[in-house]
Amino acid sequence: MEERRINVVVNGEPKSVDVEPRILLAHFLREVLGLTGTHIGCDTTNCGVCTVLVDGLPMKSCTMFAVMTDGHEVTTVEGLGMPSELHPIQQGFREEHGLQCGFCTPGMMLASKAILDENPNPTEEEVRWGLAGNLCRCTGYQNIVKAVLWAAEKMRSEGGAYVLGGRSRR
Amino acid sequence: MYPSRFHYEAPRTLDEAFEAIQAYGDEAKILAGGMSLIPLIKLRFAAPACIVDINNIPGLDYHEEEGGSLRIGALCRHRTLERSSLLRNNYPVMYATAPLIADPMVRNRGTLVGSICHADPQGDWASVMLSLGGEIIARNAEGRERTIPVSEFVVGPFQNSLQTGEIAVAARVPAAQGTRNGTYLKLERRVGDFATVGVAINLEMSGGTVNRAGIALTGVGSNNIKCTSAEQALAGKSLNASTIDQAARLAAEASEPKSDVRGSAEYKRHIVYTFVQRGLSSREARAA
Repeated sequence: MEERRINVVVNGEPKSVDVEPRILLAHFLREVLGLTGTHIGCDTTNCGVCTVLVDGLPMKSCTMFAVMTDGHEVTTVEGLGMPSELHPIQQGFREEHGLQCGFCTPGMMLASKAILDENPNPTEEEVRWGLAGNLCRCTGYQNIVKAVLWAAEKMRSEGGAYVLGGRSRR
Repeated sequence: MYPSRFHYEAPRTLDEAFEAIQAYGDEAKILAGGMSLIPLIKLRFAAPACIVDINNIPGLDYHEEEGGSLRIGALCRHRTLERSSLLRNNYPVMYATAPLIADPMVRNRGTLVGSICHADPQGDWASVMLSLGGEIIARNAEGRERTIPVSEFVVGPFQNSLQTGEIAVAARVPAAQGTRNGTYLKLERRVGDFATVGVAINLEMSGGTVNRAGIALTGVGSNNIKCTSAEQALAGKSLNASTIDQAARLAAEASEPKSDVRGSAEYKRHIVYTFVQRGLSSREARAA
């Protein structure tokens, strides 16, 4: 069985692991690293619940091989913030009731972070366009958008860059 | 599903990529964005023996004008084109298309060249390139480059005319005959879907007269359709209600839509007419 050594920084921690080339990034994060905050929803690259940030850009981890992250940085929802220190985006989802079942939420929050990184003051329409790759069956998106706008305002009013909290579990 | 096993190469230069391909021939597939290839592999519609990941090869992610023509490297992502001031100013049909490709995450990885190589009849870029008279540049291990018009490059659904051992290294848009105007209109059931109908309109004009028109259709045929009759009907003419109506009718006649879950054939043909008329009448098309 062919394996390759990959060196990837996950949530700020360097990982050096031997993997089969065919293992998807989503499976690598969940099953090898134990980071189950990244979800798997559709098998057809549609739903976006598997969203992670690779070098700060949101990507569908179900449609990447883990080997493609060799030499790169990956951020999962665990790296966004922890219960003791929530990222403003996580706070916003709590404040504005931006989730019901929570299945799409990690992906939504990471995609939102990328929107706000590029545009700290988005309009509602810009938020909706930015989240176009993330589907939600529960909320009808209204409160998700409000959560992101809440977070945007919080981050603008507090100023400065947020150091991502959290840690990988294994 | 889980992908089946494959040998994986991550070359750091094009020469290394060619070496990898030599060993596996037709059983090797190039991986750039992976937004078309990996879904196929996951569903086991494709099971290449070897995947050659070119993402580590420097110098392929450019898009730039040289000598009046636009060259887009194999690793230029949709995301880059979406944010390009060069495209906004000089290539309006491309600038209109880029934000309509799939969704933001797919755009962060997917590439224009990869999209054309994939030759999905519902891929938007091939229509855009047909309307621009675009070409694919293929290179082989000996360094020989072959320039292939997109109309000859896409030969069937998911079939391109690359020869074994060739890698598509760039796409090229030739210089315009006049001022370039145009737009891309896409009907989709929801944002991020494939096109129900897509219409690419490229106009190259001098003082209100069309020197060259390019009209191409997405999603209404076994491949992207270049509407030659509609284009010829506009050449040398000015844009008015009558010429626009005629071009739109000819484009609708050139379409070969199939009734499916996205709509009936009649509906899609009507959309082709409507979009061509709308696109030719739009401010983008008229702007001198």
